[in-house]
Amino acid sequence: MGLFDKFRKLAAARGDLVALGINPFGVEIERIISPTEGVIHGRRTILAGTNNYLGLTFHPECIAAAHRALDAEGTGTTGSRMANGSYSGHRRLEEELAAFYGMRDAIVFSTGYQANLGTLSGLTGANDVVLLDADCHASIYDGCRLAGAEVIRFRHNNPEDLAKRMRRLGARAADTLIVVEGIYSMLGDRAPLREIVDVKRELGGYLLVDEAHSLGVLGDRGRGLVEELGVLADADFIVGTFSKSLGGAGGFCVSDLPELDLVRYSSRPYIFTASPSPATIASTRQALTILAAGRDLRARLRENYLRLHAGLTALGYTLGASPSPVIAVVLRDRVEALQFWSQLLQRGVYVNLMLPPATPDGVSLIRCSVSAAHTPEQIEAVCAAFAALRAAAGIAAAECDTGA
Amino acid sequence: MLDYPQIVAELRTELATFTQGKVEIGEDTDLLADLSLDSLQVMNLLLHVEDRFDISIPVNILPDVKTVKDLALQIEHLTREM
Repeated sequence: MGLFDKFRKLAAARGDLVALGINPFGVEIERIISPTEGVIHGRRTILAGTNNYLGLTFHPECIAAAHRALDAEGTGTTGSRMANGSYSGHRRLEEELAAFYGMRDAIVFSTGYQANLGTLSGLTGANDVVLLDADCHASIYDGCRLAGAEVIRFRHNNPEDLAKRMRRLGARAADTLIVVEGIYSMLGDRAPLREIVDVKRELGGYLLVDEAHSLGVLGDRGRGLVEELGVLADADFIVGTFSKSLGGAGGFCVSDLPELDLVRYSSRPYIFTASPSPATIASTRQALTILAAGRDLRARLRENYLRLHAGLTALGYTLGASPSPVIAVVLRDRVEALQFWSQLLQRGVYVNLMLPPATPDGVSLIRCSVSAAHTPEQIEAVCAAFAALRAAAGIAAAECDTGA
Repeated sequence: MLDYPQIVAELRTELATFTQGKVEIGEDTDLLADLSLDSLQVMNLLLHVEDRFDISIPVNILPDVKTVKDLALQIEHLTREM
């Protein structure tokens, strides 16, 4: 078998998209105008698929902080955290993250993907068992694979299934690592964290919660689902990203366990990559300060996602979950999802197209992510675009209103 | 404890629910190529198989599992370990 033979199926799938005249997985934003607007195919487009939950990418204080760091510390660190790439800013950000969660320490990684890759591969090894929610992100699976850990999946959001699988492990259950996410990125649903914590309390193990999509979004102070459900102290490790609510790039793991510091020495994705640039660290620190200081952005975000969720529900669309900033519209199949995605873009709305096998249960999705920076008019415009597609599909709005 | 032929028989029944009986399933049936399952569907198949045999099957074994026979041998091994 030739080196490139494995690409045949991919090439065929890509060919189908080219034949349709669309490229949903390689969209070029020709000009970015604001957190919620850009130019695509020469047209001003509302961005409703960016994970820019708090809209901080253009915040003047974050930009100013990045400028100062760029001027003072240069464009890059040119080295790993383990060698010459740990500047004062990297350590301060770790301390600030630890203080934000009220935990002992944090580790900063260069991307969100690497935060999971580095934490899981550093924390676990060939003799360890990791119990994953079946819908966990690819970075979690990849981290376990890099570690060589035994990976056992449990049914999505099903604490009883987790308990059953832990009981099968017998004495080994006490040392397992349970991994769940605050908000799942595909459908926007939340983990039943209290019930999962109950299983951990009964059967042992450690709990890692990935709050990539819930940091700054949930909880009174924005500390994610762990805070919203009052189980912060039960999370042994919290992983998060800087590239969503904090508007930068990078990721972290925070923990109250003293062993976290040792993960640095066993984590290849931490050791063998360059650290985040000073400007990235500076804007992230500023964004964290803004996130921690107030509730206004979270309130605005909530208002926006409730509005979009209600609007799409009223139009008769099937949505993936109860309201969250990730709103997934479930479509009949791949072809319908492709058409929807393409037509929304033609109407000036950019969203994400999600197809199997990246999606749970083989569903085809149009995934919207809502920002605090969206104006009510933009949310209305997104709803209007969906309404027009509904009408074009031959389903009268009157039928939708009656729940048909 | 189930022996190998019993495990294969159980697997054939389990797989038939995934393929809706459209494909004849034998020991040499390739899970991906013959049954047109994608990697996620194979992982979901494992969840069912785990419950049917009351064992935990690490996802890590998947690179070594191509056919029904490969999976049956892994299950035989795991049930023996218990």
